[in-house]
Order: sequence, then structure tokens, then C-alpha cells
Amino acid sequence: MSTDLKEALFGYTLRLGDTSLVLGHRLSEWCGHAPELEEDIALTNVALDLVGHARMLLTYAGELEGKGRDEDRLAYRRDVFDYRNHLLVEQPNRDFGHTIVRQFLHDAWAVELYGRLCASTDETLAGIAAKAVKEVRYHVRHSGDWLVRLGDGTEISHAKVADALGRLWPYTGEMVERDESEQALVAAGIVPDPAELKAAWTARVEAVLNDATLDRPADGWMQKGGRRGEHSEHLGYLLAEMQFLPRAYPDANW
Amino acid sequence: MPDAAGCWGPEPGADAVVKAAWDALAGVMDPEIPVLSIVDLGIVRAVSADADGRLSVALTPTYSGCPATNVIVLEAETALARARLDARVSVVIAPPWTTDWISDAGREKLAEVGIVPPPQSGKRALTAPDEVIACPRCGSTDTRQISRFGSTACKALHACNACLEPFDVFKCH
Repeated sequence: MSTDLKEALFGYTLRLGDTSLVLGHRLSEWCGHAPELEEDIALTNVALDLVGHARMLLTYAGELEGKGRDEDRLAYRRDVFDYRNHLLVEQPNRDFGHTIVRQFLHDAWAVELYGRLCASTDETLAGIAAKAVKEVRYHVRHSGDWLVRLGDGTEISHAKVADALGRLWPYTGEMVERDESEQALVAAGIVPDPAELKAAWTARVEAVLNDATLDRPADGWMQKGGRRGEHSEHLGYLLAEMQFLPRAYPDANW
Repeated sequence: MPDAAGCWGPEPGADAVVKAAWDALAGVMDPEIPVLSIVDLGIVRAVSADADGRLSVALTPTYSGCPATNVIVLEAETALARARLDARVSVVIAPPWTTDWISDAGREKLAEVGIVPPPQSGKRALTAPDEVIACPRCGSTDTRQISRFGSTACKALHACNACLEPFDVFKCH
């Protein structure tokens, strides 16, 4: 693999790893707080899967980078501006409906992406995707079913998820945006074409929103920057909590 | 060579050490479902020996985030060392683990402790919503799913409408 291609793949893998890690952490914040025990368990189970994906992806990113950084080094020793996660997943938890909307918008993207990455010409990435896709298929059913139940539920539940959808929609643009640095990866058959991914994501989201009796928000101005390390203020607080132990006690073992 | 205690390890013939390794691994129980060995669970993917009898053992995680994976690797290494086998244990993720790799013996053991074994998938990755699940206690098929997520990553929680007993179902994966 050429140096340029390797660097682009490092960036891509890092973005996927960071996105999984940050969303996994957000979901873990629900532990002990979900509206019912079953959902407490569900959200933290999904969190575990996502952290598992992050571990595989960040380990691979570290190998591609070739500077000796492992999963822990990448997760715990980078600050906000070095994180490449989508802005959507760092948005703080509000009510349960908001979490479900955030999760569904992400899951719909993840299931379409990993399904295609299984056919990647990069063997490692294809292996990680084949593992991850089985889990995210389960996640998207869970978040999709809840979205329908809440959207097509009571007046209050409908209003809450409609409000969350309006708040979160502007963060979805960057998930499927065309990115120059990805073109070489697409050409090499390593990653899917973002246009194809966008079409698949849109179709999946629209079908569920329709069942949930929710209107698809108009594609207005989209908030972007996660790919360049330009984040909302929320990510810093999340990292401060997540990274506290390894920063306070460097190289701690347990 | 006998070790300090005068005990002999397996002779360094490839077949013998590979068999000894499988035997040792069959004694390693899954920490979260302790009726199943890691061999029953189908997560021991390969055991091979080189000309000197040095073993390579490949394990695969069930779920990406399964917290038991690290413990299982450690316990497999310990079991192999106890059997006086020179082995290197590695974790492989491809091809991904599927519940179809759970052995018939493993499926029977699950049923015995009241965990419904996973439906055999063919190509399906998920338990279909209309899957008929029989209660492991009274056998009634009048059951319902309480939660897609249960006490561990690999199980869902169901309940029987006839005898009211809640029970775990090993998810088809």
C-alpha cells in the first residue's frame, strides 16, 4: 500500500473508531439511569459492542500509522482537536427519546457502511466490518423499533422524538459527505462510495421515519467539522471523564 | 523431558500435542455461562503444532465487546500451561463467530440449565421476530420476548405466558 493511501486509510479508520468510542461512552452514561431495567441493559449492551468495535478499529489505526500507538494510547492520550468522530455522537444525552433518535440515525449509517465494508479489498477492515455488521444489525432493529413506538405513540412521545429529530438532523450531513481524502480509498475498493452510502442511509431512515409518523426534516444548513477535529463543546467534557484515570495515573494497570 | 516434579508432558508429536491441547481447552469454561466450555461454544478456531511440538491456538470473540474475552484468553493460556503444553494463544476476528459453531453437546447443556439454545441460523443473523420459542420449563410455545438484551451480550430475555417463568434465550448470531 502506498504511503498516501495508508495515511488516508489511517484517517478513515480513526474516524470510525472515534465515532464508535464516543457513542459507546455516551450510551454508557445511561447505566443506572434508563427509564426501565431492560433498556438500561440494552443501552449498555450496545455501548459494549461499540467500545469493542472501537478497540478493533483503533488498534488497526495504530498499526496503519506505524508510530507505535495502540488502542489505549489513541483513546486516552488525544485531546478534542485530534478526535475525528462525527458530531452527532458527541451530542449529550437528553431524554430517552433523544438518545433513541441519535442512536437510530447512527445505526442506520453503521449498518449500511459495515455491510459494504465487508467487501473491502483491505482484509483487516473487511474482517472488522464482518464482525461489526452482525451486531449493528441488531442495534438498528432495537433503535428503529423504539423510534416507531415513540413516534407513533402518544402525543408526548411523538413530540419528544420530533423535537430530537429536528435538533439532531443538522449533524447527519457530515456522516455521508463526500470527502476528497477518501477518493483514493474508494478508487482502490477499500471503502464504499459515499454517494451510494448516502442513498442507502437516506432510504433506510425515511422508511422508519414514515412508520414512526415523523416528518423527515428538510436538508438545510448542516453542521460539519468532526472530520477535521472541529467539535462542539460537549466532546471536551466527555473526554475529561473518559480519560481521567489514564491521565491521572499514566500507565496504570488493572 | 520430565519436569522438576518428575512428570512428563505429552510427547512432542504433532497429533498428540494437538489432541492434548483440545482436551485441555475443553476444560476451560465460559466465565459467563459456566456450563459451556470454550470448545462447546465454538470459539476455539484452530489448534496447530509445528515440528517441535510448539502449539498455536486461535480463539475468536463471540461479541466484539464481550468483557469475558480477555478472561477466556488468560484461562486458556493457564489451562495449556497446566497441561505442560508450549502454546501461543492469539485472537482472530475473521471469519466472525456465529452461534452455529456451538456444538450439539453445548446446545444440550444450555437446554439443561434452562437457556434456550440459539435457533440454527442458516444464513439468518438474527432471531426472526416471529420465531417460536418454547419455554424451557413447561414447554409451552406461548412465550414473549421481554427484552432483546439480556444478562450477557449473547442472550435475550423472554417469559412464558403459561407458567409465567422468565428465561434466557441464546440469541442467534
